[in-house]
Amino acid sequence: MATAYDIAMKQAETPQNGRASVVAVENLRKSFGSRKVLNGISLSVGSGETLAVLGRSGTGKSVLLRLIIGLETPDSGSVRIHGQNIVGLALDRLGEIRKKMGFLFQHAALYDSLTVAGNVAFPLAHHRKDLSNSERSDRVKQLLAEVGMEKDLDKMPSDISGGMQKRVGLARALALDPEILLLDEPTAGLDPISSGEIDDLILKLQRERQMASIVVTHDLHSARTIANRLALLDQGNVVIEGEYEDLKQSEIELVKEFLKQQ
Amino acid sequence: MGLVNGFFEWFGSLGVFFWRVLRAAVTPPYEWRELIRQLDEVGSKSFPLVALAGAAIGVVISLEARYSLSRFGAKSMFPATLVYSVIQVMGPIITGLIVSGRVGAGIGAELASMKVTEQIDAIEASAINPYRLLAATRILACILMLPLLTLAADACGLLTGWFAQSLVEPLSFHQFIQSGFHGATFNAFLPPTFKTAVYGLIIGLIACFQGMRTRGGAEGVGRAATNSVVLGSLFLILADVVLVKFILVVFH
Repeated sequence: MATAYDIAMKQAETPQNGRASVVAVENLRKSFGSRKVLNGISLSVGSGETLAVLGRSGTGKSVLLRLIIGLETPDSGSVRIHGQNIVGLALDRLGEIRKKMGFLFQHAALYDSLTVAGNVAFPLAHHRKDLSNSERSDRVKQLLAEVGMEKDLDKMPSDISGGMQKRVGLARALALDPEILLLDEPTAGLDPISSGEIDDLILKLQRERQMASIVVTHDLHSARTIANRLALLDQGNVVIEGEYEDLKQSEIELVKEFLKQQ
Repeated sequence: MGLVNGFFEWFGSLGVFFWRVLRAAVTPPYEWRELIRQLDEVGSKSFPLVALAGAAIGVVISLEARYSLSRFGAKSMFPATLVYSVIQVMGPIITGLIVSGRVGAGIGAELASMKVTEQIDAIEASAINPYRLLAATRILACILMLPLLTLAADACGLLTGWFAQSLVEPLSFHQFIQSGFHGATFNAFLPPTFKTAVYGLIIGLIACFQGMRTRGGAEGVGRAATNSVVLGSLFLILADVVLVKFILVVFH
């Protein structure tokens, strides 16, 4: 019987569901001191596809996203973006690849000295020098309108709620029209209504933009809503990967336990 | 053993950090807008404090010098004593320490706060080099502004020193300056003023380093701010020992 690793390796090498892999991590290992966080993970995501990475707190989900965008360096293994391994790339070279990626941090990580509009304009001001001030301003308004925040342009991040901060973070992540979207706990800490709104927003953006997305979450309901495939992590390993039905039919004790708890 | 390892680990990390900042600073794109903002932050906003400290030092030196020189019957040496004391010794070191306290703590706390709230990661994730945007601009601003702030402190010190003296014993400012700078060369005053650029490098580098390597929430932010000031001031004074000797050997 093929293990989750074998399946993922195969998926990483070949087009998936008819789509070529945009992000492929292979045999990724990461430790912090003596604590092993990721223990040889392999996953891949194709264009227009959303993979939800599930698991309990502390299973290395966020570390996986940080490795994919190069904020952490793995102990071994590779992270391929459109086939190019980004591990060990110089910061400026890595920057060119990061322009194709959008990242929503768990706590939004908005720049607290800038307004909502300033936060969204920040990547544009640095990477889209071809835009005039008015064009940039229009683009910011358009991005904020996409996430329903067009009325809060001049507010400071400290003056808006957690859910609104996530929306602004999402608009900032989309500013450079990324091909890859990485979302770290997009609904964590939000009430059910705000969570549902964020889920709907992610779904809408996915339909419109056809990005390759990886969503890290411990919220199964949210994962089912927004993802095509799900992967369950435990102790640095992929326990199971597939559609929700695959998880439901799994005989693995941990998977049953996880679904039951949710 | 752990302390020794920590000592070498700290210096090693500082060296790697400095190399990254240097490489980012000399390669485009240049962050002009942020540099100008930091020049204002370090320069204009430190000016009142530095000027006040310089003025106070001028009065203190004036009072002390008058008393000491009178005892040895060398009152005529007062202007030169004040000029040399302020410009060669007190002006640079006081400016350095004031800026280390104000700017070092500010940079350390700001970057540390950005680090623990993932704002620096967000900058990096947006394909922007944080060493270039955050560290290089702040360090360069410190290097460029320290000599200018020192000149301001020197000017205020000389002015208040002369004023304090003239309250006791009338002396025209023109006479004071002529007597104080009599026979002086540029070598006597320029190197002590421009050595403060090295102070700026130390203050900016240590504050950025401490801020950007912070871990551990609010406590980490506080620690970064404190370490930025303490280590910055300590290394500044240690560097002064080397710089004074260097200036004496090369320029005199």
